[in-house]
Amino acid sequence: MIKNISNLGDAALYCDFGKEVNKETNSKVVKYFKDIKEKNIQGIINLAPSYNKLIISFDLRMTNFKAIKKEIENLEVNETSNQISKKIEIPVCCEGSFSLDIERLEKKLSFKRDKIYENFFDKEYFCYMTGFIAGMPFLGDLDKTMRANRLETPRVKVPKGSVGLTEQFANIYTFESPGGWNIIGNTPVRIFDNLKDKNPNLISPGDTVVFNQISVEDYKNYNE
Amino acid sequence: MNSFEIIRAGINTTFQDNGRNDLYHIGIPFSGAMDKRNYFLANSLIGNETDKPVIEFAYQGPLIKYIGDKISFVITGDVIFKLIKKKSVIEGNCYESYTIEDGDQIDIVSTNKSVYGYLAISAEFDLKSQWGSYSINTKASIGSNNGKKLQNNQKIDILNINSNQVKKKINYINTRIEKIRVIKGTNFDYFSDEGKKIFFDKEFTVSKLSDRMGMRLEGPKIKNIVETNIRSEGLIKGVIQIPADGNPIIMLSDHGTIGGYPKIGVVISADYDKLVQLSPGSKIKFQEIELSDAETLFKLYEMETQNLISQFK
Repeated sequence: MIKNISNLGDAALYCDFGKEVNKETNSKVVKYFKDIKEKNIQGIINLAPSYNKLIISFDLRMTNFKAIKKEIENLEVNETSNQISKKIEIPVCCEGSFSLDIERLEKKLSFKRDKIYENFFDKEYFCYMTGFIAGMPFLGDLDKTMRANRLETPRVKVPKGSVGLTEQFANIYTFESPGGWNIIGNTPVRIFDNLKDKNPNLISPGDTVVFNQISVEDYKNYNE
Repeated sequence: MNSFEIIRAGINTTFQDNGRNDLYHIGIPFSGAMDKRNYFLANSLIGNETDKPVIEFAYQGPLIKYIGDKISFVITGDVIFKLIKKKSVIEGNCYESYTIEDGDQIDIVSTNKSVYGYLAISAEFDLKSQWGSYSINTKASIGSNNGKKLQNNQKIDILNINSNQVKKKINYINTRIEKIRVIKGTNFDYFSDEGKKIFFDKEFTVSKLSDRMGMRLEGPKIKNIVETNIRSEGLIKGVIQIPADGNPIIMLSDHGTIGGYPKIGVVISADYDKLVQLSPGSKIKFQEIELSDAETLFKLYEMETQNLISQFK
């Protein structure tokens, strides 16, 4: 059951799953998200899951806050059931011009670059949510020693495929976009494919991601 | 083949319809026509189903040459346009349908003290939809026209001309909104008492840095006393975020789906169409309103729209 439901404006429910951002809280969010999506509840037109929130947009022509709130409150979701999730390997090249912010990270984290890469590639990441721009995954958690703030002045253009770090998360720029994350490499994999009819995004909330370091040569050959 | 030749594309000319549902979770917003009432009116005036794709333009619109058999078109919004025929030039009126023949041109000069206008035709544009909608989201390159805005010298084919073309016209004036009504946001208490007072008492100015994604406001700064960032979470259109610099940003139809700035308020659904029509330099004031009143106001606004539409059925 979701204890804390309020309204966000007149056409959305704001469901709060608690302050903590961890896998457990997020898994709950994702479970509710999938369940509500499957149920096709009349009037609900969009769902936005995030670390610890779920925003449910509805069509004010068809329903209203009170009715949808009641429906969601009475929803039975098996919070302990196992979710179907994928494990995805993402090759990343960290050579030269791809690793835009490695010097900044060396200073901020007080590690040499080899150690930064080692720490980064050594982990499995959990996808908390996708969004901001289409298909962008928010992946956690970086070790405490690997956490850096956003750039003071965000870039106007971050290249497509850039892999960035900020605070406890890593993300991937699915297309060229403004952004302020610390870029450590670039992936040749298409994370968001706008030509795919179904599942245009490669990584979904609840999935596990492993990054593999590749050479410039492998990077160049990847799509051939 | 009938077609539109786009001689001049205009500033931001796209195809839009009712929008795209159910993809927030992968980062794709609703999009769709910014001003829904004028979108619905354009389609219904020309005898189309109300959810058909139309051409949306902002500020300067397109100059279009028509090639083909006779069709009708209508323009809605507050728009200055000309119909250039072989022997005459007609100053066009919004909310009035006109017929065009082979070689005629529609010159959409500009919107008048507003931002968006709509062009609908008594036929179908030859377009491909994506994920349930023709709406173009240029940022993610999705929707019809390969997700791109219309380009100079582009050609758009036109199919299925509706043979039943009756001249239609209504007198409708787009009123300018004085006060934008707002429901308190989920982080309302992040702001100082003075900040909250400023938000509801003072005037703000619409900045030039406004587009289909968001509207930035300038004016007195609103001071945050708790935390200038929140955990990134979902957004919806109409949300007013206040970043660290204290200047409000209102999320519009093509907004990023996730944001990390505190939400001071949300514009009510009934005022959204009027909000998006405020051009840079316009003054705007906010007024607090309760949820139940916002719901009633939306019902009234919808009824008004439906009444207008039912006039031409």
